[in-house]
Amino acid sequence: MRRRQSNFWKVFATPTVIALFSATGLFAALLGDGIWDALSWLGLGIPSVLALRGLLQRR
Amino acid sequence: MDGFGISEGHEMKSKTIRRWSTVHTWSSLICTVFLLMLALTGLPLIFHHEIDHLLGDAAELKPMPADTPHLNLQQLVLAAEKHRPGEVMQYFGFEDDEPNAVIAIMAPTAGTEPNASHTFMLDARTGEALQMPSANGGFMMVMLRLHVDMFAGLPGKLLLALMGILFVVAIISGTVMYLPFMRRLKFATVRQDKSTRLRWLDLHNLIGVVTLTWALVVGVTGVISACADLLIAAWRNDSLSAMIAPYRDAPPLTQLAPATRLLEIANEVVPDMQPDFIAFPGTRFSSEHHYAVFMKGSTHLTSHLLTPVLIDASTLQVTAVAERPWYMDAMGMSQPLHFGDYGGLPLKILWATLDGLTIIVLGSGVFLWVVRRKAVKPLLEKAERVA
Repeated sequence: MRRRQSNFWKVFATPTVIALFSATGLFAALLGDGIWDALSWLGLGIPSVLALRGLLQRR
Repeated sequence: MDGFGISEGHEMKSKTIRRWSTVHTWSSLICTVFLLMLALTGLPLIFHHEIDHLLGDAAELKPMPADTPHLNLQQLVLAAEKHRPGEVMQYFGFEDDEPNAVIAIMAPTAGTEPNASHTFMLDARTGEALQMPSANGGFMMVMLRLHVDMFAGLPGKLLLALMGILFVVAIISGTVMYLPFMRRLKFATVRQDKSTRLRWLDLHNLIGVVTLTWALVVGVTGVISACADLLIAAWRNDSLSAMIAPYRDAPPLTQLAPATRLLEIANEVVPDMQPDFIAFPGTRFSSEHHYAVFMKGSTHLTSHLLTPVLIDASTLQVTAVAERPWYMDAMGMSQPLHFGDYGGLPLKILWATLDGLTIIVLGSGVFLWVVRRKAVKPLLEKAERVA
C-alpha cells in the first residue's frame, strides 16, 4: 500500500504542479489586468512550453 | 487484450487497467471526429476580432471630437428602424472597447430565432448604420455555426454537448491510464529511438497530461455553453415567469413606450452596475411586455455576471430586478473561460497553442489505436488458425 502511494506521487507530482500553474493561469486573468494577465501568461505558458519542448526535441 | 498492450501495469490490478483502457479508447474514439472539428473551427474563432480587422470586416467609426454627445436610445431605435424598414428591434448591445457605438440586432419579429436575425452597428453620435458582415455570414460565420451547432440547431448543440462530456470522460480515463504507463519513466521522457509508436505514445502521454487542466476547463465550459438554450429556457421558467405573472392576461402591446431613458431607469435601481445589453419586448431574454436591461458588475470578475432589470414597456416602471440563478452565473463565467479572450493577445496565442496541442493529442490517439489494432490482428488470426 505504502509502495503504491509513493508510486502515485512519483508519477503525478510534476503533473500536479503543472495543473496548479494552469489553473492559476486560467483564473488569474479573470481577476484583473496587468499583473493578473501576466500571471495567466506564465501559468498557461508552462504547459505549452513543456509540450512543445517534448514535441520538437530530437536525438 | 487491452487496447494499448501495457506490460508495466502489474501493480494496479490488470483487470482495472483494462476497464479504464476500454473507457479511454471508446470515449475518445466516439468524440474524436467532433473534437477535431471543434478544435479546428475554434482556432480562427479565437482570433475573430483580429481577423475581422485584417479583412476589413470590422466596422470603423468616423473620427469625431471625443466629447461629441450621443443620441438617446429612442433616437437610435428610430435610426435602426429607418435602416431596416419592416423589421423590429431585438437587442441593443454595448461594448467596452467601442463606447461610441451600439450593436443593434433586428429581425422580422421579436421572437425570430437568433440565426435569422441581422446584426449591425450604430454610431451612437450620429445614428449612422455600419455593416458587420462577419456577424451575418461569410467564412467566420460558417466556422461559428459549425462550432456551435453544425447548422443543426438545438439537436446539433446537444450532440456537441454529449461529445464534450465524452471528451471529459476521455481526459479523466486518460489521466488514470497515465499512472501505469509512466511508472518506470521519468516525467517528460520521449523515447526517440525505439519505434514511431513509442515516440507518439510518450508524446500523447506528455502533451495530454500537461494540457489536462486547460482541456478540462475548455471542455466543461463548452458543454455548459452548448446547453445555453436549455439554461435560458430554465431561467424563463424559474425566474422570469414568476416576475411577469401579473402580465399573463394583459393584451399584447401595440406601441412601446420610448426607449430613451431605459439605461437611466436601470441605473437607478442597480447604481453600481454597467449596461451590457437590452432585450426588447418579445425576445427570449424578456417578456412580451417588458424591456429587459441586462446589467453587468463593475469589477473584472463580476463583469461576466448579468442582472436583468425588467422595465414595463408601456409605463416604464421597474417591474423587478431579477435574481441570477446559479446556472446563469455558470453560463456567464463559461464564456471567457471557453473563448480565451480575457487576457490580451498573449493569452489568445496560448489558447491557440493549447488548441493545436489538443489536436495533436487527438491525432496521436487515433494513430496509436490504429497501430495497436494492426499489431493485434495478425496475432488474433494466428490464434484462430491454431484453434
